[in-house]
Parts: sequence; C-alpha cells; structure tokens
Amino acid sequence: MTTDISAALGQMGVSEEQADLLHVAAQFCREEWPPERARAMIEEERGYDPDLWRRIADLGWLGIALPEAHGGAGLGIGEVVPVAEQMGRTLMATPFLASTLAAQLLLMAGSAAQQARWLPRLASGELVGTLALGEPGDEMRALGENEEGGFLVSGTARLIEHAAAADLILLSVGSGANRRLAVLETATLPAGVLRRETLIDDTRRAFELTLRGFELPGAAVLRKEAAGPAVAHAELAGALLYAADMVGGAFRVIDYTADYLRTRKQFGKLIGSYQALKHPLVDAFIGYERARSHLYAAAHSFGDQERGEVAVRMAKAQAETAYAYAADRAIQFHGGFGFTYDCDAGLHRRRALYDASRFGDARTHRKRIADMLF
Amino acid sequence: MTNTTSATKTESETPEPRDYAAEADAWFAENVPADPGFMLPLTFMEVGEDRQFEFLRAWQRKVYEAGYLGAAWPKDYGGRGLTEAHQKAATRAMRKHRGPILLNAIGLNWAGPLILDIGSEEQKRAYLKPILSAEHIWCQGFSEPEHGSDLGNAQLKAARDGDDYVLNGSKIWTTQGNYADYMILLARTDLAAENKYAGLSFFLSPMTVPGITTRKLKKLTGEYGFTQTFFEDARIGADCLIGGEGNGWKIAMRTLEYERGARGGQAGGYVSIPPDLMEIVDLARSASRDGAPALSDPVLKDRMVGYLMDMHALSLSSERKRIAPLVEDHPMALPLMGKLEFSELYRELSEFALTLLGPKAAYYVGEPNAADDGWWARSYLNAFSATIGGGTSQIQRNIIGEHVLGLPKTR
Ligand SMILES: Cc1cc2nc3c(=O)[nH]c(=O)nc-3n(C[C@H](O)[C@H](O)[C@H](O)COP(=O)(O)OP(=O)(O)OC[C@H]3O[C@@H](n4cnc5c(N)ncnc54)[C@H](O)[C@@H]3O)c2cc1C
Repeated sequence: MTTDISAALGQMGVSEEQADLLHVAAQFCREEWPPERARAMIEEERGYDPDLWRRIADLGWLGIALPEAHGGAGLGIGEVVPVAEQMGRTLMATPFLASTLAAQLLLMAGSAAQQARWLPRLASGELVGTLALGEPGDEMRALGENEEGGFLVSGTARLIEHAAAADLILLSVGSGANRRLAVLETATLPAGVLRRETLIDDTRRAFELTLRGFELPGAAVLRKEAAGPAVAHAELAGALLYAADMVGGAFRVIDYTADYLRTRKQFGKLIGSYQALKHPLVDAFIGYERARSHLYAAAHSFGDQERGEVAVRMAKAQAETAYAYAADRAIQFHGGFGFTYDCDAGLHRRRALYDASRFGDARTHRKRIADMLF
Repeated sequence: MTNTTSATKTESETPEPRDYAAEADAWFAENVPADPGFMLPLTFMEVGEDRQFEFLRAWQRKVYEAGYLGAAWPKDYGGRGLTEAHQKAATRAMRKHRGPILLNAIGLNWAGPLILDIGSEEQKRAYLKPILSAEHIWCQGFSEPEHGSDLGNAQLKAARDGDDYVLNGSKIWTTQGNYADYMILLARTDLAAENKYAGLSFFLSPMTVPGITTRKLKKLTGEYGFTQTFFEDARIGADCLIGGEGNGWKIAMRTLEYERGARGGQAGGYVSIPPDLMEIVDLARSASRDGAPALSDPVLKDRMVGYLMDMHALSLSSERKRIAPLVEDHPMALPLMGKLEFSELYRELSEFALTLLGPKAAYYVGEPNAADDGWWARSYLNAFSATIGGGTSQIQRNIIGEHVLGLPKTR
C-alpha cells in the first residue's frame, strides 16, 4: 500500500461570506479601478488614492479577519481572499494587503492593551499599517534591553510596503528564539530613515528602513513568546493573499490578451485563429484555473493545521507559475505593442515578478511541500 | 465560520448515502475479485483478449446486481432511483478496494446518458438495463479512415429504404468493435444537405445484422482493442434513428460532452485506472540514481511536487465546477478542460515514472525482470488513447479557445 497523503491536501469549499465578498469586490474593483486609474496612479508618489482607501475601509474590508470586539467582522483570512483576488484583477494598489497582515501580527502577538489600542483603528482604516518581517540579508538588531522591555534598534529592513504613508510598521527585530515584534509609530521616526525603493512593479510602493540606535519603548514590544508563531501565521497569510493577487492578475492578463487576439488582424486573418497563439493562451488559461482551484482550497483550508500550510504553499506556487506564463506570453502575443510601456501585458509581467518574490517563491514553496509530504 | 457549502459537507448532510457508502465499502471489500492470473486492462480501450472480456463482463454484472452501478438511473430502466451522491459513494468504495475497471464504457457513460436524455420510451426500456448488466456491449462509430478530427465530414451512408436504412462505408478505431452488440453511429442521410453537418443523422445501430464486419487492429501496445468496422448494404430498422433525421451533428456533440465529462448522467464506476502519484514517489524512493535514492534528487522532487499539485488541482476543480460563485466568469471552462488536463497529465506522469526505472526501462510487459510487471510502460503507451481518442488534445485546445475564450475559429 502506498502512503495516503490526502489528509494533508487542501479541500474545496466556499462560505457564504466569501461568495458575497466576491460579488461585491468584483463590482467595486471593476467600477473604481479601470485601467486608466491604475496607470495614472503610477505617477503619484503616494501610490494609492486616500479616497479609495476610505471607501475600502467603509466596506469593512480592513477588518474582515479581525474580531468583532475590535471592530472587525470576525471572519478569517480565507474571507480576505476574494477581495484580494478582485483587487489583483484590476491591478489595484493600496496598502490593503500590508495593513491586513500588520493587523494579523498584532492580533497574534499583541497584548490586550496593544490590541485594544491599535486594532480598532486599523480595522476602521483610520490608521495604515505595514510590516517588516525581514527579507534575506536584512538585519535588525536589538541592543540594551531596559526594565520596561524596550531596547535600541539598529539595522536595515527592506521591501516595507507603503512605509512612508503608513502610521505603523510592525517590525521584526532579531532572529530565531530572540526574534521580537514591535509596533513602530512612523511619526516617531527621525527624518531620512526611509528610502523609496525602485520596484519592478511600478504600481507598488516599498521602502528601505535604516535605523541607528533608535529607541523603542517597552510598550511598543509585542508578547515575546508569541513572536515566532505570529510571524509564521503572517507569512502564510501573506503567501495566500499574494497568491490571490496573482490569480486575479492572471485572469485579467489572459482576458486582455484574448481581446487582442479577437481584434488584431495579420495576413488577412484574426491572429487568434492561429494556433501558435490560441493554444498557448489556452494553456495559460488552464494554468490560471488550476491556480484558482488551489487558491480557494487554500482559503477554505487555511485554519487547518498541516492541510492549511500545504494548501497555501500550493496556491502560491501555482499562482506564480500561472501568472508568469500568462503575462510572459501576453507580451509576446502583442507584438511590438507588447514591448511598449503602454501595453498592460508589461504591467502584469512586472507585478507577477514582484508578487512571486514576496512570501516565498514557487521553488521555495515546492521544496517545503516535498519536505512535508515525500 | 458558518454556512459552509463545501461539496463534502452537503453530502454528509444526507444520512442515507452514508449508510449506502458503508454497505458499498463492505461489499467491495468482500467481492473485488482475486488476480485472475492474466493481465487485466487498465482502460476499456485495452480489452484485447476474450478472457479479459469475459472476466470484466462478469465483474460488471456482479457490481450491477449488487446495486452499485446505475444507482442514480431511474428504477423503470434498471437503475436504483437513488442520487448521484449514492453512486459517487459506491464508485469511491470501488476505487478504494481497487476493483477492476467496468467493461461497457460506451454504454454506461455515453450511449446510456444520451438515451436517458433524449431517447424514446421504447429505446429506454430496450437498451438501458442491458447496458448496466453488460448484457449488451456498445461501441461508437464516429471516426472514419479519412475523417477523424473533422468528424463533421463523416461519409458513411445511411440511405432510407422503406422501413429500413441501408448502411455503406466504414468506421475505424472502433473500441470493442469486435465484441459489441450495438453501436452509436454517426452517418450521412442527406448527400445534398446545405452544409456538411446538416446531412448527418444519429443511430442506435445493432452490430449483429448481415453486412457489418469488423477487423481487429493491433495497437501501439502490441495488443488488440479496436477494429475497423465495415458496412456493406447492412440493413437496420428506421426506428434505430435517434433525435430525428438531420440532427446527427448536434447529438454527436452532445455525446462527446458525456464522453469528455462535460455533461453528467453517467452510470457510475470507472472505466480506466490512472497512474497514482504516490506510487511514483515510492518508485523514486526505491529507484537508485547515480548511487543514491532517486528521491534524494531535489530536481526530481520538485517535479513530483509539480505533478502532485496538478493532480490535486484536477480533483479540486472537479469540486469547484459545482460551486456556482466560483465559476461565474466562465461556467463551462472547467467542464471543457477536464479531458485535456487529465489525459495530458496521465501521459506526462507515466512517462516520468519510466525515467525512474533506469536499466529496467528496457523491459516490457511479460518480462519477469520488469519493474511492476511493466505497468509503467503500459500506462505510458496507453495514455495516448486518451490524448488522441475522444477528440485530440489539439482539438480540445481549439474548443476551449473558441468556446471559452471566444477566440476566432481555426479552419
Ligand atoms: C485508443 C483509441 C480509441 C478510439 N476509440 C474510438 C471509438 O470507439 N470510436 C470512434 O469513433 N473513434 C475512436 N477513436 C478515434 C479518435 O476519436 C480519433 O483518432 C481522433 O478523433 C483523431 O482523429 P484521426 O485519428 O483521424 O486523426 P486526425 O484528425 O487525422 O489528426 C492527426 C493530427 O492532426 C491534428 N489535428 C487535426 N485537426 C486539427 C486542427 N483543426 N487543429 C489542430 N490540430 C489538428 C490532431 O490533433 C492529430 O495530432 C479512438 C482513438 C484511439 C486512439
């Protein structure tokens, strides 16, 4: 008899709340964020529209996965997925993902007082949060812990999304058993510590933070023993939500390309009648549908121990594979226009690369799955 | 979280299928036959020897008589009048206990549902029960030597003569043609029709009338399993017509939807045994590559995870296709994709397994030194039956591109 691993694999299902959110988000994103808006926003330093942010907050989406006691809807990260997916379809860029994940860290590792202080304001959108969990090569060190548990921080953290506009940065300091999480209020930062990074995805904003002996008060440090599990949770949630963004993007770039193949003529024929274009686009579409099945299985299974982790890793890996292929072929299938900045295929290819790099790329996730199952 | 509507939950909310599932589990545990001492087919297209045929026919009859086939078909026509959920539970039990495949695939999965959906009362009463019991074996006469993918150009002639139609021409790649009692037949009734499709009609034709002969064709695997089928002035009754003259194309397309799993109503059970990924993982564990277990090679592991993900995506998609909110953009996408996906994936998987065998990849079925009795070589060669049969993978891509993505037609 061979090993049965079915108990470790994600299961399909959808909650009523997910279905409702999917419908509302699809319409909202389509109406609020036509391609011209996405492009116009590229030119703006802030990189998102505060008005749109307010509307998103008013819809309650910033509190979907927060407890009702803190102004949230009391649902899970799986319910954030349809919203993130629909945002991905329109290349919408806001601190939605960053702020959602920052709140998850607080929820997992914040003291009662810290949660009561910050979560309602994150849920309402009054505050924007982001997170700096540390990318490979980053080093944030804690020095000289005082009686209240505060310390001095030195080092660098990269790829902190929307750090300049954020009110709070959930900062990871140290590593391993010594890892600590702290709420860094950006208002208390000295000038010049944030540098905007040049990203492959022009619709996004991310910053490098460099601190030298910055003093973090004890009240800002989250429960030490909870830091490890909170980070693990946020990384898994991050992988799931970036997978959702990619699945959304893959849908859109395939649709966009199909449109071109239906209208552009060469040699007297619509180019979509050529199988050298038609068949790879179908393959891209199959990759997308696979990714979407993995995505919603991961959203459904997120809370289950091992099953949830495997499902999320599969979702992130397949979303990357599908989005990369779809957007890559999209550039080629638009010919010379595909090589211009005006063609949306490029925006998607760039976003696919950016999203792949966040919260583990496909190869990393597949390796982890192999270690877990084989 | 409240109000979960996952497929598994809905099933378990009806208690009765659960009892039925338990009964089925016990029955298959008890009744799956022992190894007959000769090779059993992995797919219904592989039935090449009389002893295989007789063995599988007896097995299907036994499953049917125990009540685990046609559970969701109406009682009046030989079914049990239960639900799809019941039949699924029985099929799961059959799979779990590794029952052999069911023989009468074309009857159970294509002709049967078609007759149920659009057949006359007489046709339903005459044909459905013997399909379930394997008393009548069915085959499919679509492809012709000169027209395969271009099925709409089929040329076999059915000329009306009084109360009969007279058939002349030839069909090919007729699976189980040499065993079949009946054929679903696409034939040309009107040579002057305004276009190639309009001249076609669909028949439930007996195979046992004078003038129909078959010639067995040897397959890629070295075995038999399909035939060329010749029609020389073969007379069949006009009541063999189904769906009315000139509607053959529409009915053929509908039949292909049953065949490709894009439309439901199949009797249940399974008619082929796919490769099992975990068996491949075990193979990689025991196979050695350059002095180390193949499984320790990260490149191989990465590929196996990829296959696992694709296999699992298929099973997730087969559940998702029934969850309306998750298929609203393109409701027909998943049903139309299934055949292409699983057939290509099984082909790739079996081929990959062969690359794990090292020197033993040199052996074929029948060689005592072969790994797993040559299972993987057989599985790989047989995989092409699904990437070619039922409409090739290229044709499937055309269909998805045109019908789902709205791309212009390829001529
Ligand atoms: C094991 C097996 C069992 C079968 N059983 C039956 C059966 O029981 N009854 C029955 O009627 N038929 C049966 N078939 C036949 C099967 O349906 C046909 O073989 C199939 O439809 C292809 O037709 P063809 O063989 O004429 O190939 P062709 O149509 O000649 O195709 C040759 C190649 O050209 C490609 N091609 C053709 N047209 C296009 C196009 N428009 N765009 C792109 N590529 C194209 C095909 O994909 C293929 O690769 C069976 C086939 C197999 C392999």
